[in-house]
Amino acid sequence: MPAEANFSSLDGLHTFPRLLFNHASTRAAAPAMREKHLGIWQTWSWADVAERVRALACGLSALGFKRGDNLAIIGDNRPHLYMMMTAAQCLGGVPVPLYQDAVASEMCFVLQDAGIRFAVVEDQEQVDKMLEVMGEVSTLAHVIYDDPRGMRHYTQPFLHDIHELMEMGRIHDRNHADFLDAEIEQGSFDDISVMLYTSGTTGKPKGVCQTHAAFIAAARGGVEVDRLGADGDILSYLPMAWVGDHLFSYAQALVAGFTINCPESGETVMTDLREIGPTCYFAPPRVFESLLTSVMIRMEDAGKIKQAMFHYFMAVAKRCGADILDRKSVGIADRLLYGLGNLLIYGPLRNVLGMSRIRVAYTAGAAIGPELFRFYRSMGINLKQFYGQTETCAYVCLQPDGQIKFDSVGQPAPGVDIRIADNGEVLVRGPMLLKEYYKRPDATAESINADGYFMTGDAGFLDDDGHLKIIDRAKDVGKLRNGAMFAPNYIENKLKFFQYIKEAVCFGHEREMVCAFVNIDVGAVGNWAERRGIAYSGYADLAGKPEVLTLIRECVEQINGDLVHEAMVADSQIHRFLVLHKELDPDDDELTRTRKVRRNFVAEKYKVLIDALYAGKSSQFIETEVKFEDGRRGKVSADLSILAAKTFPIVTKAA
Amino acid sequence: MSKKIGDVILDLQNISLRFGGVKALTDISFDVRQHEIRAIIGPNGAGKSSMLNVINGVYHPQEGRIYWHGEERKRMEPHMAARQNIARTFQNIALFKGMTVLDNIMTGRITKMKSNFIEHALWFGRARKEELEHRCKVEEVIDFLEIQHIRKTPVGRLPYGLQKRVELARALAAEPSMLLLDEPMAGMNVEEKQDMCRFILDVNDQFGTTIVLIEHDMGVVMDISDRVVVLDYGKKIGDGVPDEVKNNEDVIKAYLGAGH
Repeated sequence: MPAEANFSSLDGLHTFPRLLFNHASTRAAAPAMREKHLGIWQTWSWADVAERVRALACGLSALGFKRGDNLAIIGDNRPHLYMMMTAAQCLGGVPVPLYQDAVASEMCFVLQDAGIRFAVVEDQEQVDKMLEVMGEVSTLAHVIYDDPRGMRHYTQPFLHDIHELMEMGRIHDRNHADFLDAEIEQGSFDDISVMLYTSGTTGKPKGVCQTHAAFIAAARGGVEVDRLGADGDILSYLPMAWVGDHLFSYAQALVAGFTINCPESGETVMTDLREIGPTCYFAPPRVFESLLTSVMIRMEDAGKIKQAMFHYFMAVAKRCGADILDRKSVGIADRLLYGLGNLLIYGPLRNVLGMSRIRVAYTAGAAIGPELFRFYRSMGINLKQFYGQTETCAYVCLQPDGQIKFDSVGQPAPGVDIRIADNGEVLVRGPMLLKEYYKRPDATAESINADGYFMTGDAGFLDDDGHLKIIDRAKDVGKLRNGAMFAPNYIENKLKFFQYIKEAVCFGHEREMVCAFVNIDVGAVGNWAERRGIAYSGYADLAGKPEVLTLIRECVEQINGDLVHEAMVADSQIHRFLVLHKELDPDDDELTRTRKVRRNFVAEKYKVLIDALYAGKSSQFIETEVKFEDGRRGKVSADLSILAAKTFPIVTKAA
Repeated sequence: MSKKIGDVILDLQNISLRFGGVKALTDISFDVRQHEIRAIIGPNGAGKSSMLNVINGVYHPQEGRIYWHGEERKRMEPHMAARQNIARTFQNIALFKGMTVLDNIMTGRITKMKSNFIEHALWFGRARKEELEHRCKVEEVIDFLEIQHIRKTPVGRLPYGLQKRVELARALAAEPSMLLLDEPMAGMNVEEKQDMCRFILDVNDQFGTTIVLIEHDMGVVMDISDRVVVLDYGKKIGDGVPDEVKNNEDVIKAYLGAGH
């Protein structure tokens, strides 16, 4: 469906600045943004936001920002940084959010690639990074900062306080009253609205150019399916550079007109969540998992009566909770019990988790464990998965109410057309597709086929109800020596569903058997160890304890027991494994910033370990370099034990 | 970075302090200038904490004179030091373990409260308005030291490094003109030390607070101090900018343990 068809008949609200100023004129006093400052939630109405965006846009223009310029945005989720996005769009510029926890040298590539002249950053920490890369990024001419703390002694003329910029803009706006409106008027739905860099699981990051039309279409579709209204609240705490945050906190917020809430700091998210009680919540599976783990740990310390009540009603919820949420028929006795449980357990628990008002909670980015998924749904939290990429505005599949399957990512979203290629790759087409990769026509041509379908690189299939199931990255799916399919992600996800296992990497392509690296979850395993009186001094020590290795072996063997019943992957049982002495970390390039394993890098870095796994050794010495958060380097070394896990003979079932 | 070091605000002359027959401090003189970071170093038992206690009126030296802003100071009690805008932290953390971080920091404002006990108990009159003002100030300190996430956590549940930061927060809440820090970094790991250094420098820079600190970590002392005084066995053996002190023969001897 061509984008024009979507928009020609609409109310003229086809760019984000227009959406903003429309909210500001029709619902001026309604809350648009909140931020906790000095312990108190401060609210900006749509009118306030519009006034500031105007001032910021005029200020940018006064500094020399022009149509087609790219504006780097670096920092935690702050109202001013979101406003800056719209401000750049007002002038026909393109905001380019970067991951704020990246070190300066990592930012360098993106800043150079996007030809950044203007950067808006959160605070002194980010300003320092900009000063560090200034020599290499020759285009960078102006850096604007939001938080003046610690900036008193920075006298460089190219540094600007955002409040000064706004003042400058207000003066500019008074002198040239028609200027900004004319600029906004020139904006078209076909303009690029944002450039999001892919996390670079493969090669250098690529700038994905998305138009206003694409993101607005994606936002409208999502808002429609899940009936998100203007009275909603969302907690914006995931990186602004990530497509999901851009969709929920920016595009959907402007389309539906709900309120975005910025937490006080990264560490206060859980408290802020409870205080805000959002109606829509997004978190990657690991957050839902750690929430559940903390609930379970605290439950174990609770009194006997509370524990008994909790377990009894959790059993009730497990039996009928999900069905009640899906409006399926449930017996009257169970319904009454569930009602009582809701009063005594589920309601208070939802409240503790900050999920009392949740209409819909989303998870994506990785597979979610079935137990975990059912737990939240049975408690009455409408948890859903969705599926999408940066290139598709994170909008491909949605799970409609009442049709939730934990092992599928749902049905194609409105306006999206899905096809499965012969090699199993998922192809998608729709209004939300990328316009192009920035300055990379070769990559653009490679990723979109002749029929206009985007090649996702994921292997999957559509089930009988038209739900899409994703197995793995198409390029990761390999073959064992004996020719059987090897889908590493599939097995790793199964491993990661155990609360004790944080990360796993499986090997097996062109090998005779599957072996695995395991990262323990230091919280869950640490607690487990404490309860058993096992003393440990740190991550490496804990990971090397024989009791812990046995615990992990039990998990692995349980997986093997599961795998043997699945014909496609029965050969992928894990024969040997080891527990790594350090956590895989984005700072050491082992994970992407979105915490996906960089498989090839890990395989190369830990080659000795892989060799040892396959050579049948029982232990292996390894020394690895680690980078600390302040950029210093150190070394950690350990003698890792390699364990064999029990595997099960494959029984071919008679049909 | 340029900063203006002002006039002498605290001048200690020929201080001697005895506990019975034990000479804790013998004939020590040194001064502290406005806006500077002044370190007191020395081996264990050198008399560093005693010196700090003399400054804020816990101990009363038998001999010597103390001038505060040019005026000679008579016998003084600690609460009077607090009223003179001198705040301190302790070597062994001295917080209320069962109270939240917020409440602990609020206690730092006590000298600034004007409403009386009854008004507070009844939440009446000036008390309410005052409490709001003080809470505002405390929130600024919380923001400054980046401890928002533990605002409502009981202090006893916090790790050591954070408790130290809370203690600093309580001292800062009093808006002191002079801050006495007794081993602010003892027992911290490298990262916590770096954070603490940054906070001390920021306090000094942004609020212009004069800081007198005792510290064992030589790297830290030499990095952040403007001037250093060295004590050994209750006597002053060195005084000057870090580079001078580093090359002082007596100081090297005292630290290497030679010659005694």
